[in-house]
Amino acid sequence: MSTTHSTGEGLTAEEAARLSPEEAMIAGAEADGVYIVHRRERFPIAGTKAEKRAERTIAGVFLLGFLAAIGFIVVFCGAVPYEWKLPGAGNQNYRYFTPLVGGLLGLSLACIGIGVVLWAKWLLPEEEAVQDRHDGASGMTEQILMGGTLVSGFNDLGVARRSMLKTTLGLAGGALGLVPLVALVGAMIKKPGRGEGQSLFHTPYKAGVPLVYYDGRRVSPNDLQPGGIATVFPGVEGGVKDSDSPTLLIRLKPGQTVKARKNQADYGWGDYVAYSKICTHAGCPASLYEQKTGRLLCPCHQSQFDVLQDAKPVFGPATRSLPKLPLTVEMVDGKQYFTAKGDFPEAIGPSFWERP
Amino acid sequence: MTTTSDDLSKSPTVKGPKRFDKPRTPIGKAGRWSEDRLGAAGGMRKQLNKVFPDHWSFMMGEIALYSFIILILSGTFLTFFFDASMSEVRYDGSYVPLDGVEMSRAYASTLDISFDVRGGLVMRQIHHWAALLFMAAMLIHMFRVFFTGAFRKPRELNWLIGLGLITLGLVEGFAGYSLPDDLLSGTGLRIAAAIMQSIPVIGSWAEFLVFGGKFPGTVIIGRLYIVHVLLVPGILAGLIGAHMALLIKQKHTEFPGPGKTEQTVSGERMYPTYGMKAGGFFFIVFAVCAALGGLAQINPVWLFGPYNPAQVSSGSQPDWYIGFLDGSTRLFPSWEIRLFDHTIPPLFWPTLVLPGILFTLAGAYPFLEAKFTGDKSAHNLLQRPRDVPVRTGLGAMAITFYGVLLISGGNDLIAKAFDISLNAMTWAGRICLLVLPPLAYAITYKICLGLQRHDREVLEHGIETGIIKLLPNGEFIEVHQPLGPVDDHGHGQLQYAGSKVPKKMNELGNPHGSKIRGFFYPVREKSDIQAELDALAAAEARGEHRQKELTD
Repeated sequence: MSTTHSTGEGLTAEEAARLSPEEAMIAGAEADGVYIVHRRERFPIAGTKAEKRAERTIAGVFLLGFLAAIGFIVVFCGAVPYEWKLPGAGNQNYRYFTPLVGGLLGLSLACIGIGVVLWAKWLLPEEEAVQDRHDGASGMTEQILMGGTLVSGFNDLGVARRSMLKTTLGLAGGALGLVPLVALVGAMIKKPGRGEGQSLFHTPYKAGVPLVYYDGRRVSPNDLQPGGIATVFPGVEGGVKDSDSPTLLIRLKPGQTVKARKNQADYGWGDYVAYSKICTHAGCPASLYEQKTGRLLCPCHQSQFDVLQDAKPVFGPATRSLPKLPLTVEMVDGKQYFTAKGDFPEAIGPSFWERP
Repeated sequence: MTTTSDDLSKSPTVKGPKRFDKPRTPIGKAGRWSEDRLGAAGGMRKQLNKVFPDHWSFMMGEIALYSFIILILSGTFLTFFFDASMSEVRYDGSYVPLDGVEMSRAYASTLDISFDVRGGLVMRQIHHWAALLFMAAMLIHMFRVFFTGAFRKPRELNWLIGLGLITLGLVEGFAGYSLPDDLLSGTGLRIAAAIMQSIPVIGSWAEFLVFGGKFPGTVIIGRLYIVHVLLVPGILAGLIGAHMALLIKQKHTEFPGPGKTEQTVSGERMYPTYGMKAGGFFFIVFAVCAALGGLAQINPVWLFGPYNPAQVSSGSQPDWYIGFLDGSTRLFPSWEIRLFDHTIPPLFWPTLVLPGILFTLAGAYPFLEAKFTGDKSAHNLLQRPRDVPVRTGLGAMAITFYGVLLISGGNDLIAKAFDISLNAMTWAGRICLLVLPPLAYAITYKICLGLQRHDREVLEHGIETGIIKLLPNGEFIEVHQPLGPVDDHGHGQLQYAGSKVPKKMNELGNPHGSKIRGFFYPVREKSDIQAELDALAAAEARGEHRQKELTD
């Protein structure tokens, strides 16, 4: 860069006052280590047709932005209704509300944005500036002085000599530092499994609990066609809402048999079997049932369970079979209804550390 | 034609003495007022004069920053109407199909925002689109920084902060996605609870701590809400501030080229040009989000219904930035460790260990690269990806790995769309995850070497002109245009300097290749202006010439 004249902070106020704004800008920039190596007006000859055309174009873009913003306000304030109406039961123009306000807001913002960028690109002087980085570490002197300041402070404190203070403050500070963590965790912590309905190993099912549908109706063996499935719940208070209760009741097709697990030979009832619906992988409901093959698919991570192999996982990331609910039937007013013979024999849902 | 600073700052034209101590203009008065109180003239000027380099790839980080601002604006609107409560209500809003359905207040108020709050739906959709854009822009920005070596000393800290921003962005996005308490987000939370449960030793403690008991409990939406609107955005804002502060302190990197040095940065000054362009760009990013929010439906929660642990919709998909974890979970084999009456579930590895390894590797990369290359010096000039084939290959490898996971996160949709067996998709994902990344490394490495060789070839032999010459002896040769002086054998003398080598005839004659404007044809000045400019330049040249004669 030029070294022929001193600039920037070398100037006296009187000298600086005599500079034109552009000269002052350049002097200031050079004081900041910024050198303007190339600067040219986009339109060196003022007032040409091309310049006016550029200006008019940008003004047109801004004007469109203005109109779009006004349009947004008009639409928003009631020109188009926004209340949802059932098809055939009222003004359906609400459908246009969201696209219109979004579109008009977008248009208005786009016009301002594009206009401003065009203004910068078309009308501002073309400029290439180079700035010194002055980066990296501070100067050696700076570093030494800073180091001295730190060490001197340490010496004043006597960090090296007063080890008793250091230790005791460290102890106090360390212990106090744990307080926020202890306060937060201590307030939030809950012993897993403690409390009503909090057990990880048990569900609301017990011996004699009736099986019900989501609406509370009792489940009868006559409800399902062969090959049919139903989601059932324990008929106790809060049973249908409990995240552990959803159970799949499956009626096998004629000829399909399930090879039961050890000690679970009597869990089914007739051609009915019931499994926990909660996938043993990540806890989604494994709810897609393929009648023909007897396979259950969990839509979250595609674990597949083969009902005919007693809900054993046959594909995907799941490792454990779906727990099986022991079923029986009781007679009420001459009709048969399902009840549970007991809870699931193992924890339902995803595995966890405490689970054997 | 061009005026240099030397010309502009020629000895100040002598005007009458100005009364600079007593401002008379409104701007002058305002300046004096603030100067008497803040004394910021010098410091402010320094910031206004700050030089920013220009390159399209530098806009990715800008998009991320602007989407964050859009998220805060649209999110603030949403907080006025959202009720983060899990207590049950019977819906009685204007969306008739869900009339009388029992649901949480969170879900009911999300429906109200969508149907009963004027402009609520468009704000919700802008917020969601901006969130997707925020994550995408951060990721692409990270790719840019990686492939050009912008993370090298002295910028390792900003690399780490950026990684923290992406991690927190994931958490923030997931928390926001969970708030509406619809069937889709409830399913996501169910999986999140299972992931917490899968941690060895403390798993169920973690779940009970976060959910205040067994999933779903009654507190999680309220807790996620404060995490989503205060805790994480506060940390994000602080980290973004630190990211920007470091950028300002260290100044932006730039690509090598004529006149570019390690000690300087070149481009446009903050005020007015760069600031205007960046400010305008904010409005453009906002415009895209607003238009998407109005025109493109996203997350129509009223179609999913309230959360119900017994139900799930097929094709359940998280937002795209969680997709890679969904994919890893789908691909991971059914391996469960059972030891001494304890279990480490298969969910633990792909959802916690794998991202832990990925983020640790990413965070360690700048230090590993410095260690293995022995390069301990500071760098302000970027590298072209082809010049660092190993790094570029590793990046391609990482992106391929990530890409296979991301695609596998939607493998059920792909299986359905193309009528492929789902199991085949899963196996293809498993195989591709192991086979494709090394392949991507090898291919990328070779491509980089090929591009390097071609650069050197052009420097040595010149640009292919497409002109075929028939020599008197009957031989055909193609005429090459040398880029600079040649030796006796016609070989170019130019050394490769880490910047773009012109490879077409119309890229010649301009030191800043990118400065040729126009998409299909170079933009030229209008002929009348060009003539005037030529005249000015000629006059200038004569004037300088005369001046030189005078001084001689």
